[in-house]
Amino acid sequence: MSFGEGGIGMALLIRNGIVYDPLNGVDGEVMDIAVEDGRIVEKVDERKAKVIDASGMIVMPGGVDIHCHIAGAEVNAGRLLRPEDHRRDYESKTVLTRSGVGHSVPSTFTTGYRYARMGYTTICNPSMPPLESRHTHEELNDTPMVDKVTFPLLGDWWFVLEYIQKGAIEECASHVAWMIRSTKGYAIKIVNPGGVEAWGFGRNVRDLDDPVPNFGITPREIVRSLCTVNRVLHLPHTIHVHTNRLGQPGNYVTTIETMRCVEDLSTGGKPSIHVTHCLFSAFKGSGWHDMRSGAEEIAKYVNHHSHVTLDLGQIVFTDTTTMTADGPWQYTLYEISGNKWINHDVETETGSGIVPFRYRRKSYVHAVMWSIGLELALLIDDPWRVYLTTDHPNGAPFTTYPRIISWLMSGRVRERILKRVNKRARAKSLLPSIDREYTLREIAIVTRAGQAKALGLEFKGHLGVGADADISIYNIDPRRVDPSRSYREVRRAFEKAAYTIKGGQVVVKDGEVVKPVWGRTLWVDVGLKSPAEVTADMKKRFRDYWTVEFENYIIPRDYLRGSLALRTEAEV
Amino acid sequence: MILKLHPKRRFKAPVYAECISPDNLNGLSEAEASRLEVWEGNKRRRLGGLFKIELVEESPSSDSDGPTIMLSGDLTKVRRIGAGMSRGCIVVEGNVGMHLGESMKGGTIKVTGNAESWVGCMMEGGLIEVEGSAGDYVGAPYRGSRDGMNGGTIIIHGDAGSEVGCFMRGGLIKVQGNVGQFVGIHMAGGTILVRGDCGGRAGAEMTDGKIILCGHVPSVLPTFTIDDLKSNAKVDGEKIRGPFYRFIGDVAEGGKGRLFVSKPRNPHLAFYEKYL
Repeated sequence: MSFGEGGIGMALLIRNGIVYDPLNGVDGEVMDIAVEDGRIVEKVDERKAKVIDASGMIVMPGGVDIHCHIAGAEVNAGRLLRPEDHRRDYESKTVLTRSGVGHSVPSTFTTGYRYARMGYTTICNPSMPPLESRHTHEELNDTPMVDKVTFPLLGDWWFVLEYIQKGAIEECASHVAWMIRSTKGYAIKIVNPGGVEAWGFGRNVRDLDDPVPNFGITPREIVRSLCTVNRVLHLPHTIHVHTNRLGQPGNYVTTIETMRCVEDLSTGGKPSIHVTHCLFSAFKGSGWHDMRSGAEEIAKYVNHHSHVTLDLGQIVFTDTTTMTADGPWQYTLYEISGNKWINHDVETETGSGIVPFRYRRKSYVHAVMWSIGLELALLIDDPWRVYLTTDHPNGAPFTTYPRIISWLMSGRVRERILKRVNKRARAKSLLPSIDREYTLREIAIVTRAGQAKALGLEFKGHLGVGADADISIYNIDPRRVDPSRSYREVRRAFEKAAYTIKGGQVVVKDGEVVKPVWGRTLWVDVGLKSPAEVTADMKKRFRDYWTVEFENYIIPRDYLRGSLALRTEAEV
Repeated sequence: MILKLHPKRRFKAPVYAECISPDNLNGLSEAEASRLEVWEGNKRRRLGGLFKIELVEESPSSDSDGPTIMLSGDLTKVRRIGAGMSRGCIVVEGNVGMHLGESMKGGTIKVTGNAESWVGCMMEGGLIEVEGSAGDYVGAPYRGSRDGMNGGTIIIHGDAGSEVGCFMRGGLIKVQGNVGQFVGIHMAGGTILVRGDCGGRAGAEMTDGKIILCGHVPSVLPTFTIDDLKSNAKVDGEKIRGPFYRFIGDVAEGGKGRLFVSKPRNPHLAFYEKYL
């Protein structure tokens, strides 16, 4: 099996497709796309190239998922917790593919195949406790078909908290750079800043200005400091933030406050913060009884400020598994559902929790949540700053993306579903007042172009010359099909890509894997002006507090099956 | 018409034969039935390859409206008989394997011998009657799931193993003999009646439903609180003679399940009376 960047010496010509390439301003034009040596080129020798006839089909860059929990200790614990989830959904071995199980927490190979079948080619595993990075990379190595990226959790990391306490931003920056290189990470992930640390002592932080026990610093300082660090290091992505008070009614205030607190740290109109699974951070009200949507307020803020990007974390009414590093929130979910619960304290680094959960149509709170996600997507005017995710598997498994695409494209189907949800929630939903329906261009932005842009992946998410030849072709003709009416057809088309091309090779045809490839793991190699020193004190602390020896902590480059380092030059 | 099945040989590996249910076999000829697929261990087989199949004329005394399936011989390795069935009647002469009547929705299964574990797991309706004993997890859900038995009736004339009625949500389980530990664990509804003794830890983590233990109980979990002394208990309209101690629990789960424990058979529990 190759790494998927292969395709060397191979030429492809995609003929007469209706191309949606928003980053290059192509909006539904019929044109040819040429591919050679795994990249998009101006033109190829037609006699030597393999020709794909895409007439009557849409051609988009390969899908990018900015936030999906697909690998690592947490996901694996979720798999162990849910034998009943595997029983319902399994895939048999074929000549080309391996067998696998799992509806909401699928096994690694199945994860890769299912993404590729939907036309996705790059995915981000957003929560990797640094201690578990070896495990995470082992699973990512075994996730085929797609390129992978993973974010280490640094918001409750003791060293970072100490540097912030001392106000030593430059030292903090070199430490973070060292951490990202050691764990082969890509961006700074912050989960409930300070709260996860407090949870180690059975507490949580109340808001952005509630000091973290034993450190005396506030979540606001953590977010601001790491945002500055991110800027100093010139990391391709912004800080990736799971806000404080996630899942608590009334938290939309905290979310807006979190966005506001890094407003001045944005330079040149570039985003400075990514708020992830925003649905769970957009609740209004004082308790579950009067919980309402805060989507309007958040959308209003985002529409007026260019430094924020966010992803939805849309929920779907189904049975799924919730998992996050936010231990206290998972405890709340356990108390609400009475379901089985895993709670884990990752030594000095972070925490985690896992609870299976079923979102029910007839539940007031769940129906309101369903509405919030769509309201966010439809009320935020600029599709470049709101992305389609389900926070897989927290809101729903990633296999529901085609369904959500059809919801965004059709007011009719939204109305239909709304008729079947909880009455009280229906009466409060803003959805009936929103006529907006996404166009295919906008879908291409929220599912690939925008996400690639936010991630700073310059060679992904578009079909310009020189870009990676990650292409998906869907069998739907917008000249013939009205997505607003034929939402089922839209859903079917996005469920089974007619072709998925990864690195210039056809890997999926008609929704079936035809060529398994490994895909690479992308990470950021930050070049520091003065290399970060690993002090004797740090090594001693590792010996004293960690279960893993310092020498075993660092992931060597050759540990990744297909390693691709992106070099950035830092200011320090 | 009665379809008679008899194993052609002794099975060493487990045989998964969910096709043996009236819903699947109704109206099939012998030849059609023998073409149905079963798994023996990791080998795909035909039903006719493993069983001798015979279609005989209905005896005039039969009063059931659905088709009847009769199984005989050593069936202890045959699993998932009657899985998902919604009508008709299966009679097993002898012992039967695991997962009998899994997710059953209606109809009747009668076993003259013993049944292995997971009898009527995830059952939703119908009746299963075992004249011998049953293994563990009678009426339980699949591992990890909370969706246990939700309706129907299971009657075990002999003993049953541990975790009878695990995660039960509705329906009735009657055990004439003894049961093992953790009867009615995680129970949220329905009724369990045990005529014999109980291995202890009855109703652990139950939130609702009713358990009646007519025999000896080593002790009652500390998370149950005594509520009343009752002269009788009622099961499905039938009056069960007491007197019974009635406990409420499991309080650790905020539960309001009712646990009836026979007073005469458990004199060592008399100390509870002072808390009444």
